[in-house]
Amino acid sequence: MLITRSAKSWGLLVSATLLLVTFWLSLAIGQTEMEWSAVFNALTAYQPGNIDHLIVRTERLSRTIIAALVGASLAVAGALMQTLTRNALAAPSVLGINAGAMLLLVVASTWWGLRSPFALVWVAFLGAGGAAFLVYLLGRSPGRGLSSVRVVLAGVAMTALFVSLAQGVLIAHQDQFESLLFWLAGSVAGRELNAVIPLLPLFGAALLLCALLCRSLNLLALDDEVATGLGQRTGAIKLLAGSAVIVLAGGAVAIAGMIGFVGLLVPHMVRGIFGRDHHWVLPGCAVLGASLLMLADTVARLLMPPQEVPVGIMTALLGTPFFLYLARRRSLGL
Amino acid sequence: MTALARLFSLKHSGAHQSRRVVAILSVLLLASLVLSVSLGSQPTAFMDVLHGLIRPQHSDIRLILYELRLPRALLAILVGAALAVSGLILQKLVRNPLASPDVIGISSGASVAAVLVLTLGAGVISERWLPLAAMAGAALVALGIVTLAWSRGVTPTRLVLMGIGIAAALGAVTTLLLILSTDTSAMHAYIWMTGSLYATQWSSVIGMLPWVALGLPLAFVMARQLDVLSLGDELAIGLGSQVTVSRLKLLGLSVMLTGAAIAYSGGLSFIGLIAPHIARRLVANRTASLLPVTALVGALLLLHADLIGRLAFLPRDLPAGIFVAGIGAPFLIYLLYRWQRH
Repeated sequence: MLITRSAKSWGLLVSATLLLVTFWLSLAIGQTEMEWSAVFNALTAYQPGNIDHLIVRTERLSRTIIAALVGASLAVAGALMQTLTRNALAAPSVLGINAGAMLLLVVASTWWGLRSPFALVWVAFLGAGGAAFLVYLLGRSPGRGLSSVRVVLAGVAMTALFVSLAQGVLIAHQDQFESLLFWLAGSVAGRELNAVIPLLPLFGAALLLCALLCRSLNLLALDDEVATGLGQRTGAIKLLAGSAVIVLAGGAVAIAGMIGFVGLLVPHMVRGIFGRDHHWVLPGCAVLGASLLMLADTVARLLMPPQEVPVGIMTALLGTPFFLYLARRRSLGL
Repeated sequence: MTALARLFSLKHSGAHQSRRVVAILSVLLLASLVLSVSLGSQPTAFMDVLHGLIRPQHSDIRLILYELRLPRALLAILVGAALAVSGLILQKLVRNPLASPDVIGISSGASVAAVLVLTLGAGVISERWLPLAAMAGAALVALGIVTLAWSRGVTPTRLVLMGIGIAAALGAVTTLLLILSTDTSAMHAYIWMTGSLYATQWSSVIGMLPWVALGLPLAFVMARQLDVLSLGDELAIGLGSQVTVSRLKLLGLSVMLTGAAIAYSGGLSFIGLIAPHIARRLVANRTASLLPVTALVGALLLLHADLIGRLAFLPRDLPAGIFVAGIGAPFLIYLLYRWQRH
């Protein structure tokens, strides 16, 4: 773990370099092989007639940026949730928030015929918020706040429920099965960058809110009573951080479907490197979450050509051993 | 003395009440069975059905009744009972009312094995092997969960968490298999995963019957062990229980029931979660009285879910699993509301 301020700054710098490297790899590597100079030219001197340039600009650039955005959002949302619940296993995918957003998205796009990304993202917020509320109610033991195993079970039970309801909707609308299945699996392929750009202010606002909450979150991570004693309005902070989680996780699902375990894995990695101070944890999560998902997506393209493995499956397979490791530890505290 | 007398009378009235509930539910189940057999896409007059059931050889609707509707309804009863009892055992075992075979990963093992047969094995492996594959999958995964959770015995918490982790990974594998396979076999596998009793044949009923006939009495025999375990480890050990051994035996029983049910009906979820809760509303919280009630409630739930699936969207025959989840959603929310008030 990095202790001093300057060491942490260097750590963040190295992470940022990693971000750039994975960004480049994600642009340069794929089923169509090309020279690195061609990739560079596609970014700097774009020629519409050049096939390589076209692939980089239309296909790879958009999925790379989307992967970075989704990875960063999920990782930050996971870090916030782990602090809020003081539970090492908390993450948007584990506690059913992703599945809640996904269910309402499936319902909205089949029954109500919604297509515009801006409408869909609000639907996703609604689903994520509803799921968070239900899991919170189910997961707390009377009088003692959230109990660690109970909240995880509540999240998993609600996930199972949301997924089977979504399955029902899918079976009733078999014509859209293929496209929706990819959504269910979680994928950053084939999404238009233009459709995502209007959503950026929402993500920006949520991340800004997180930045402002860092100090309060540090206190909240200790104990409710300590935080209250130090003059924090714990209820308001929890509500604000909770809304940030819903925007980040719900937005991520609206763009890329259910991608699990990024929100679980990355915050633990980052805390291992930077310690527990949210001033470092949250930026670290954003940077490393983005890198991780870009890398996972790059690998997913190459795994079994010509088929593409949805990136959500990659992260689930990567994340499970880590989940099991965390769960085997004696305590679920952070 | 009066306290003792009151306790005794309470206990007595408890047993009495439990018998009454079982009787009422049995009558309901019988009525539902007749209803389920007499309703369908092909209209059949109620009297004809009764007549046909009693004297099949003199009836034109023999084929519809005996080859289509009756096996399907009977399988629904068997599968519903098996899943419900399996869920009850797990909830008592891990001392958490939210546990069920699908939540802690046993079902996902069966699903992966079955989807493997349905997609990659399509045309290579006969679908006759589906039940066997599903059961083997459930058993293997349960073994894996226990191994991972093992550290000088198994505690309920670790069992649940390992199950959840494994279920997530297996879910990803299942989705991957669906995406890699062709459209038609993917849809087929998807419907299977939701849980459907469509086109049930007598062979399935006969295949399922021994597991239920073996599993339910075994559950009765082990009911006391469950009650002791649910008191907590310290008390259970104090009462002379070999905690880990009985836990493994009970888990094995639950896996057997789940595996068999999933093998013949697909990945039905939620019956194992809901049925024990409904049963607890009806009778005292003692495993021996809960068991028959839970089994009956599970059977009723699946029978009606399948009936709705057959009738609600005629001429389409939708998988029963959709409607089990549909009943499950409001129920979970009701559960949550109750918890808030206590």
